[in-house]
Amino acid sequence: MTLITAANLGQPDDVYAALLAAHRGLTADQQAALNARLILILMNHIGDPQVLGAALELAKETP
Amino acid sequence: MAFDYSPYPYVPPPGLTAPEPRHKVAIIGAGPIGLALAVELANHGVASVVLDDNNVVSVGSRAICWSKRSLEILDRLGVGETCLAKGVTWKVGRTFHRDKEVFNFDLLPEDGHKMPAFINLQQYYVEEFLVARAQALGVDLRWKNKVTDVVQGADHARLTVQTPDGPYHLDADWVIACDGARSPVRTMMGLEFDGELFEERFLIADIEMQADFPSERWFWFEPGFHNGQSALLHKQPDNIYRIDLQLGWNTDPEVEKQPERIIPRIEKVVGHANFKLDWTSIYTFQCRRLKKFVHDRVIFVGDSAHVVSPFGARGGNGGLQDVDALGWRLAAVVMQKAKPALLAAYDQERCFGADENLLNSSRATRFMSPSEGAERLFRDAVLALAGKAAFARPMVNSGRLSRPCAYPLTGADDPALPMSARPGMVAPDAPLAQGWLSESLRGQMVILALNCPAPQIGITALQPEVTPLLAQRYLGQAAQALYLIRPDQVVAARWISPQANQIQAANRAVWEGH
Ligand SMILES: Cc1cc2nc3c(=O)[nH]c(=O)nc-3n(C[C@H](O)[C@H](O)[C@H](O)COP(=O)(O)OP(=O)(O)OC[C@H]3O[C@@H](n4cnc5c(N)ncnc54)[C@H](O)[C@@H]3O)c2cc1C
Repeated sequence: MTLITAANLGQPDDVYAALLAAHRGLTADQQAALNARLILILMNHIGDPQVLGAALELAKETP
Repeated sequence: MAFDYSPYPYVPPPGLTAPEPRHKVAIIGAGPIGLALAVELANHGVASVVLDDNNVVSVGSRAICWSKRSLEILDRLGVGETCLAKGVTWKVGRTFHRDKEVFNFDLLPEDGHKMPAFINLQQYYVEEFLVARAQALGVDLRWKNKVTDVVQGADHARLTVQTPDGPYHLDADWVIACDGARSPVRTMMGLEFDGELFEERFLIADIEMQADFPSERWFWFEPGFHNGQSALLHKQPDNIYRIDLQLGWNTDPEVEKQPERIIPRIEKVVGHANFKLDWTSIYTFQCRRLKKFVHDRVIFVGDSAHVVSPFGARGGNGGLQDVDALGWRLAAVVMQKAKPALLAAYDQERCFGADENLLNSSRATRFMSPSEGAERLFRDAVLALAGKAAFARPMVNSGRLSRPCAYPLTGADDPALPMSARPGMVAPDAPLAQGWLSESLRGQMVILALNCPAPQIGITALQPEVTPLLAQRYLGQAAQALYLIRPDQVVAARWISPQANQIQAANRAVWEGH
């Protein structure tokens, strides 16, 4: 598997809004903790170390 | 009942009055590793002299968790069954977050092995048994003999040894530094000890009490009884329990060492005050190793060569695997059955083993003691998720317990045979009609021929009846197989139907260190 970087979300505005909604009303620390949990959950779902490696690279090289 | 530390007698060594003939092997340090090596060499018919600056066994229980592999090695040395009989056998570890179990592991889920996954046994007992064994084998054990100088010669090394009666010199073809984590020999030779120090402190306490905790390893993250920190509980023989409590870096070890500080902490763990403090200590973690372990005529073994943080029990167990990898090779070199170049294979294999131990220990330490910022954020996220989602549980890291190293050997292999017995692995144990396979794979090269003839090429052959367990561990779907197994029980090469010259070539490669 290679990392999908083309648009892959049917309803990008809805997903984005859901992400923001999950953070609403939380302190900065709580938001960071939420994101950490989310990352771990998604990493496990993806499961493929190569895809994860490519995702980490993309995240790192984006300023 | 507390351990009885009777000192071993100091006897003035012959070198004080007249120069001693050159020794084949001098071992510095009578900890578990120096003693084990002396016994291993004696089993191979090689005499050694062991020098120790002290005259009692380990003060404090220190290493308590001995792995299956260590027990197999100790069994070969002649003390495995004694250790097993005295020790507390266990195989299950449970990890709790706050008051909820979030992860557990079973280190030996199958039967058909002589030795269990782990025993807990105080280091002083292991040393006491090894001393008795070494004495029975005639090892020259010298207490109160402190090595103060090492000078390398062309084909030997010269030691200066301090005794209560003054100093003397001792020459040896090979000097083995088993002088522990603070290794004075390392310092005398000016060798760098690279790695990292973790900014963390743990209190360790052995307490004596009547209790019925199961024979399991229990680890807590942030338990109610120890505010926000970690704790570990192990059961030892003689009604002794080991409790490790994380203290954090901003604590004063001198203050924390006081019984009036320790006792209330322990009371909170066990829920009562009906116990006696047997031994306490405060430790920090380091993960370091020498760049190489063989320095001409001086060879480093055990903690002098590498130190790891204790979670994972990789210190003592790692050191015994060093002994395993060095003993037969050094014996062969001393007896001129192999060239000194063979010792490079010890260096390579055990640097590889040390790296594996360092990697695992530093990961566990990082999980237990995360630095502020992302490390703590993700550690806490894993613990929080572990109570809810199965995937997070194996990420909870309270220490990955010592397992035998799988060496990256390049010996002949047939991928149709089971992975768990491939070249580089310790040959798995199995029951034979009489005794155990592990008891038959000791001290010499062995050909294990299963459902096939063993060629007569001067190597001891073993042709046991192929039971279902042997077939499962060594044949898989194959009808037959032939294994070449090293004196340390590591599989060197294996085939389904080899030619005699292939086996001979593989045997030669082992003795040349390839
Ligand atoms: C708190 C704690 C808990 C641990 N728990 C575990 C565990 O559960 N499982 C595990 O596998 N490991 C554990 N370890 C690690 C284990 O104790 C060590 O890895 C082990 O003792 C190393 O053995 P060694 O023989 O290399 O060194 P040591 O046991 O340190 O022995 C070195 C010997 O050399 C002698 N010596 C030093 N200098 C000189 C000199 N100049 N001349 C002569 N002699 C000298 C010393 O007196 C000593 O007898 C633990 C360690 C600690 C501190």
